[in-house]
Amino acid sequence: MSWLLALPVILPFATAVLVFLLRSRGAAGRWLSVAGCGLLLVVSILLMAATWREGVIAAQMGGWPAPFGITLVADLLSAVMVLITAITGLAVAVYALADIDERRETLGYHALFQILLAGVCGAFLTGDIFNLYVWFEVMLIASFGLLVLGGDKAQLDGGIKYVTLNLVSTVMFLTGIALLYGLTGTLNMADLHGAVREVENQGLLTVVAVVFMIAFGVKAAVFPLFFWLPASYHTPPVAVSAVFAGLLTKVGVYALIRTFTLIFTEDTAYTHNLLLVVAALTMVTGVLGAAAQNEFRKILSFHIVSQIGYMILGLALYTPLALVGAVFYLVHHIIVKANLFLVSGVAKRLTGSFELSAIGGLYKSSPFLAVLFLIPAFSLAGFPPLSGFWAKFLLVKASLEVEAYLIAAVALVVGLLTIFSMTKIWAEAFWKPHPEGKEPVLSALDARARMALMAPILALATLTIIIGFYPEPFVIFAERSAAQLLDPALYVRAVLGAAT
Amino acid sequence: MEVLLALLIGILVTASVYLMLARNVMRFLFGLVLLSNAANLTIFVAGRLTPESPALVPAGMLTPQGLVANALPQALVLTAIVIGFGLFAFALVLVYRGYDALGTLDTDAMRHAEPIEDNEPTAKGKLEGTSL
Repeated sequence: MSWLLALPVILPFATAVLVFLLRSRGAAGRWLSVAGCGLLLVVSILLMAATWREGVIAAQMGGWPAPFGITLVADLLSAVMVLITAITGLAVAVYALADIDERRETLGYHALFQILLAGVCGAFLTGDIFNLYVWFEVMLIASFGLLVLGGDKAQLDGGIKYVTLNLVSTVMFLTGIALLYGLTGTLNMADLHGAVREVENQGLLTVVAVVFMIAFGVKAAVFPLFFWLPASYHTPPVAVSAVFAGLLTKVGVYALIRTFTLIFTEDTAYTHNLLLVVAALTMVTGVLGAAAQNEFRKILSFHIVSQIGYMILGLALYTPLALVGAVFYLVHHIIVKANLFLVSGVAKRLTGSFELSAIGGLYKSSPFLAVLFLIPAFSLAGFPPLSGFWAKFLLVKASLEVEAYLIAAVALVVGLLTIFSMTKIWAEAFWKPHPEGKEPVLSALDARARMALMAPILALATLTIIIGFYPEPFVIFAERSAAQLLDPALYVRAVLGAAT
Repeated sequence: MEVLLALLIGILVTASVYLMLARNVMRFLFGLVLLSNAANLTIFVAGRLTPESPALVPAGMLTPQGLVANALPQALVLTAIVIGFGLFAFALVLVYRGYDALGTLDTDAMRHAEPIEDNEPTAKGKLEGTSL
């Protein structure tokens, strides 16, 4: 059992070492990276099955009992996040076969990519808050490398902003850990769940909660801490920004959900109301920022910010239905957002630019790509019956249930404005003729590149449609996951009980 | 002792915030170093200070005797220092490469990722507009 929890971390690390050794061998390294992601997918499905069967599974690394040793723990939320990481990882690894140039490959793109996956999986699976910090660092250093790999001017420029602001958030996180440890004397998250209730000065605990909120808020890119994201996400190659867009901010959201359901639940009147305000402002600023942009990936970047707001909304309402919505949103969003970035890459290949004013004609000459853009784009905006509709439906219904009419209205209006941005991309990139009269046909790509680029897009779009048309199993899953989050007794017993 | 360290942490944070508000990226990085040291000291103090009682196991014993210093925060700080050192080394090299490629350390002048658009007031115009 403990192997199952450790493998999602060990596998990508092992793959990273191998592909680093093979980095100048071209195809061998590339395919090994794909194989590593395939294995990760298999392991994460097994992990998912085990958590579905047993609820929460935990393992103590090195044989030290909790709360002293390092605990790996997977509840349904962790398991589904690992699964979705593996799916996104595999999709991007296949896409990278055709997207990453030889120079970046020799510099070690595939190794860094695998380390990033290891860091993300580690962050989802750890049961120790200091360990979470370490996994954040693993993820960060790999993302730094990926972001500036190749060293274009724009990449370095975006990289400096990304690196500096994320380092500040890291230090905040560390300070939060120090204060929390000073108050409770433990770092194990399950143990913290009980320990925070015995802290005499509960006001101080709320302060610490806000320190964590800021630290994770920067990672999750919420208002007003998101500025590093639109400054950097459009600069690296698509195979990098797609995995960033899909996974990185969601690790921040995951950390927020974990800490604010397991540890900081004493003063929800303050902390969760603060989160609610943050959620509303994040949704609005993100979508308005997107409306002002005219570059494919910049629009999508601002939409990440806006969508993060929805997930935080689910956490902030802190009712069973709202958390169901948040978990559902998280899963749906990662697939859709990564896919949109992948589509933007193909559009750039065919038309020669990310600038909407300089491209066009995609609908006429490659309708297949146009359809594959419409599916995630409409899903993002929340069109029935695609996955985004159910995600938004759950959240709006949850807000109406607690009579939070204003936030429900904000969520609906932001959805409408999302359609505006998606229509803008549609009208500019797909509908209008290419300004230079180019005919961007898919067959212009050679057959292998076409397969590598289109297969992941097709697979992710299919997933979006499946979630859209058969939402029931996914909602049932999200319900069970939310029930676990709201009642951490099972989580605590799995971690601490395993020790005795 | 705690008070002294708390004051020191306060001074470090003050200095680092002052440095990080600068437009120059190098000053920002120096501010960041101070801030991460302040965080490390915070962990150290959070573990409670027990001067002159090192966490050592006497010869022939299996556990330390009596009240000894908490070793966990020291291990945490060590980890944090190592990680912080690695990240700072990376950040320094990145800024150096950035300076090489972009020819500036001024964050206002770094507009390659987000070029100034026609309808937007230029950074220069903004500066002239504000009287400092």
